Amino acid sequence: MVRRRLAAAGALVAAAALVLSGCANQGGGGAAQTSQAPAPAQPNNAALPAGNGQGKCAPGTSIAYVGTLAGQNAALGQAIANATELAVNQHNQANPGCQVTLVKADSGGTPDTAVGPTQAVINNPAVLGIVGLPFSGESKAVGPSLNAAGLVNITPSATNPGLTGNGWTNFFRGLGNDAVQGPAAAKWMKTKFNPQSICVIKDDSDYGIGLANAVTQALGPQVAACQGNVKTNQKEFSATVGQVQQANPQAIFYAGYYTEAAPLVQQLRDAGVQAPFVGPDGVKDEQFVVNAAGSANGAYLTCPCVPQEGFTAFTQAYQQAYGVAPQTYSAEAYDSATILLSGIDKGANSRPALLNYVKTYNGQGLTKKFQWQPNGELSETPVYVYRVDGDKIVTDSPIS
Amino acid sequence: MFLDRFWANTINGLSYGSIYALVALGYTLVYGVLQLINFAHSEIFVIGVFGVYFTFLALGFVPGATPNIPIGGIIADLVLAGAVGMILAGVAAVLLERVAYRPLRRRNAPRLAFLITAIGASFVIQQIFRIFRGSNPEGTIRLLQPDPVFRIFGAPVTNLQIIIILASFAMFFAADGFVNRTRLGRGVRAVAQDPATATLMGVNRERVIMITFLLGGLLAGAAALFYLMTIPQGAVFNGGFLLGIKAFAAAVLGGIGNLRGALLGGLILGIVENYGQSLFGGDWRDVVAFVLLVGVLMFRPTGILGESLGKARV
Amino acid sequence: MTTTQPRTDPSSGTSGPTLRERWAEGSRWWNARSRPQQWGLLVPVVVLIYFLPVINPPIITTEPATDFSIALFNASVFALIAIGLNVVIGQAGLLDLGYVGFFAIGAYTAAVLSSPDSELGVRFPWLVIVPIAMVITMISGVILGTPTLRLRGDYLAIVTLGFGELVRLLADNIDPLRGNRGFQNIARPGGTYPDGTPIFTQNDAQGFYWLSVTIIVIVLLFMGNLERSRVGRAWIAVREDEDAAELTGVPTYRFKIWAFAIGAAVGGLSGTLFAAQVGFVNNQRFDVTTSILYLAAVVLGGQGNKVGVIVGAFLVSYIPDRFQFEPEYRFLIFGLALIILMIFRPQGLLGMRQHLLTYGREAYQRLFGAGTGVAPTGLTASSRGRGDAVETTPDDHAGTSPRGGGE
Repeated sequence: MVRRRLAAAGALVAAAALVLSGCANQGGGGAAQTSQAPAPAQPNNAALPAGNGQGKCAPGTSIAYVGTLAGQNAALGQAIANATELAVNQHNQANPGCQVTLVKADSGGTPDTAVGPTQAVINNPAVLGIVGLPFSGESKAVGPSLNAAGLVNITPSATNPGLTGNGWTNFFRGLGNDAVQGPAAAKWMKTKFNPQSICVIKDDSDYGIGLANAVTQALGPQVAACQGNVKTNQKEFSATVGQVQQANPQAIFYAGYYTEAAPLVQQLRDAGVQAPFVGPDGVKDEQFVVNAAGSANGAYLTCPCVPQEGFTAFTQAYQQAYGVAPQTYSAEAYDSATILLSGIDKGANSRPALLNYVKTYNGQGLTKKFQWQPNGELSETPVYVYRVDGDKIVTDSPIS
Repeated sequence: MFLDRFWANTINGLSYGSIYALVALGYTLVYGVLQLINFAHSEIFVIGVFGVYFTFLALGFVPGATPNIPIGGIIADLVLAGAVGMILAGVAAVLLERVAYRPLRRRNAPRLAFLITAIGASFVIQQIFRIFRGSNPEGTIRLLQPDPVFRIFGAPVTNLQIIIILASFAMFFAADGFVNRTRLGRGVRAVAQDPATATLMGVNRERVIMITFLLGGLLAGAAALFYLMTIPQGAVFNGGFLLGIKAFAAAVLGGIGNLRGALLGGLILGIVENYGQSLFGGDWRDVVAFVLLVGVLMFRPTGILGESLGKARV
Repeated sequence: MTTTQPRTDPSSGTSGPTLRERWAEGSRWWNARSRPQQWGLLVPVVVLIYFLPVINPPIITTEPATDFSIALFNASVFALIAIGLNVVIGQAGLLDLGYVGFFAIGAYTAAVLSSPDSELGVRFPWLVIVPIAMVITMISGVILGTPTLRLRGDYLAIVTLGFGELVRLLADNIDPLRGNRGFQNIARPGGTYPDGTPIFTQNDAQGFYWLSVTIIVIVLLFMGNLERSRVGRAWIAVREDEDAAELTGVPTYRFKIWAFAIGAAVGGLSGTLFAAQVGFVNNQRFDVTTSILYLAAVVLGGQGNKVGVIVGAFLVSYIPDRFQFEPEYRFLIFGLALIILMIFRPQGLLGMRQHLLTYGREAYQRLFGAGTGVAPTGLTASSRGRGDAVETTPDDHAGTSPRGGGE
């Protein structure tokens, strides 16, 4: 018993020391930040949900979030739903003449479960626009219905390039797709590492496969000869680690999400692989850093998303409302909701009107300038590289 | 590539296989006594994982950081966390039996009914963790960094692997000794063999069932500690699902109802799937595991060692 | 051996016996009706079922959280699956935990043969796909069954579970099957309403619901006749005692494969229906949990009882949809509902009806006089199970069949 208590005490002391060293580490990270490009501050002319406070709309007017709320990968959906809700709340506070209701529908994140709730939203005549759906698979499944209903649909996170090739007139993507990010990441890796060989590892998701293909193509078959596959929810990667050890690459690109990236990078580092680890937006999440523990340090993350730390008003409001920092696609969701809300404020009181408003929208948002091509892709999609520095993600540089 | 990593795969497979084996023991014990596939056993394992994780938190460890405390302290902490995980999982298993299975036994339900309450209980336990802890994995707390201690034919053997393999074997022999050498264990075997006669001979069947679930839960709790040491990202609400199926496959592979079969099945499954993923790539790991299972059952329908805890029933 | 036997188990509820008696009474009354009378009573029920999405009854409806006709369609597909699985589990007593594999094969067949994403480059109409899918699933059922059906009981269960997982994993690993990327624009049945709008679309599931209810009715008629035929009797013989069946000259192995193949074909049929309505198929949702939920539908409704498994399937599909408005808790509620329903109706909601099949009606009428009903309750499996509920047999894990569920 005595020994156990001692151990517990020792653990407490150690923990205290850890907290201290953690702080010190953070300080160090801050000092090292001098070399990095500063995160863009909030653009002065960025549209905000509050608008000019003069919005007028019919009572009961709604926008909807459709996406996963519970179940697997729910964290990503939750963050998008929260940001959308935050936008609606800020809008309603500032515009007494226009109280918009947010309808949240849980799609379950999979194609078959998404159809019913989406249809229910379509059937609700008060809903004029949708923020979502977060994932590419479910977006593919419900796209035809949404298109037939002419219900404008801005996705803040589905990045599969094929989504805009379906001829849907109501589908808009609030960020760059994988065909933008992949080549940009490849180009950046080429200049940064001057590589003979890069291991491209992908998960089995739509997102991972699409992105890995784009990267592999841009790198060329010689450089990206080392290809690895992992599965969603896989936690043990000894085969992949062995493959990477064999190839001894200058860098590792992982196309997938943080859930698998964290144990993967940890097991790579444990096995003594020191090659830089590069991940996409799906990995750019605080969870990656926490779950990979020290192993994430020095990892690079590409993302067609603009750094959020400059948007202090948004980050603080989000933190205050939900007790956590905004996640990867929160700002995109906030922008998407803002666009829908501004349309409603400006008198778009029907689905065709709002659809038309979004189609011709041209304005600065928090994350970027929003103006869509006819197929629903943004005209301008900045891609940034971030870096894990100690225990946080910092902005490294813009790459395109 | 395969030959280069042959020994590394073998050692890795042994270490994984030990974890499978410990979980498989829980399936096999319950099956031996009740002829019941306890599909909620994977959730008992998850309860163990969270028990271990919460103990780490309570001991003051911070997710994401790497602690730097003397090895003695680490071992004491691990033992403490393991004990908490084992007790929690053991108690949970007994409770599960009380809530989901005993009422059905009382009502003389068909055997398939137990599968349904098991899957129901599985949903409930998973959802409770999801509601309270979210769907992201818990932040990593790693007390012991893997560190090669020595090499076998060039393949490094880490401290973690040594601890896991040795401790698992110790647990297994303790469980095996309990079932085969103690008075209570004799009761377990008697009920497994012939419940009617055992009851007539004065064996308290309900108590035997309780002990069986308790033992299975304790072993799952120990497996949880080893799992979390190997995969620090493992504490998540649905983290037991795949491991549970694999462990069940291991139990069937070795011969369900047979303790030694569970050990053998676990080790074989662990090693073979590691060879498999080395040969075909990481995404073929599960395919190899299930092909092995199906293939073995075609030729030896009762598994490698056959049934022995209960009577041979085919 | 009757339901009036005093109960020693206090937890079984006080209102149970009366309810059960009333149920038994109702069941007796129903069985005493002649077949045309039964049909006469059934038709309004079926009509009501057809019109459910139009009536959209309050309280029962899943709206506004999720579209009611889609929820009903999903439930009807679930029911079709349960009917198919019931052949394997309820009739032949084979525990199949990989049934989702057949559903997946059906859905993938539809996808590969009609999606523009498919490498085959063909776009077959749905009506052509259905028979092809059924044949393919039937063949895969035979391929799976030929080696595995020599196994008994739980070994069969685990091999089928492995098979189900393998189908899912292969869909993921084999590149032409596109894994998570999936297949878009899968063919739907044709046909338009008088005003020119198509009947079968993704956003209006009513047409699909009617189609699938119609298919269920046809399959039920087919299954009912099959049950009363030699095949059905052979299945029951296998279920009750395989050795005895073999000894009395039933080619058990062949009939088990038949059960597997027919069950698989129905699974494939439901897969094509599902694929057509959603219009998109990928590798999600074909996992073991789904397979066990199919099993839950069968067990919950009452193995071997066709109407029962439909009710069970409806509940398993409907409960999560009904609580869609509370996404945070709906699967918790669902899990609790499964446990509670199972504890209170261990034999399934409608229980198994076990009676003479061929000429059963005539035989009973001669034996017990007209109007007594088909099976005196004392002889039915369900009430026998209940009667034994008092712990008299230590071997009480054995189920309705004396040898315990298909060993």
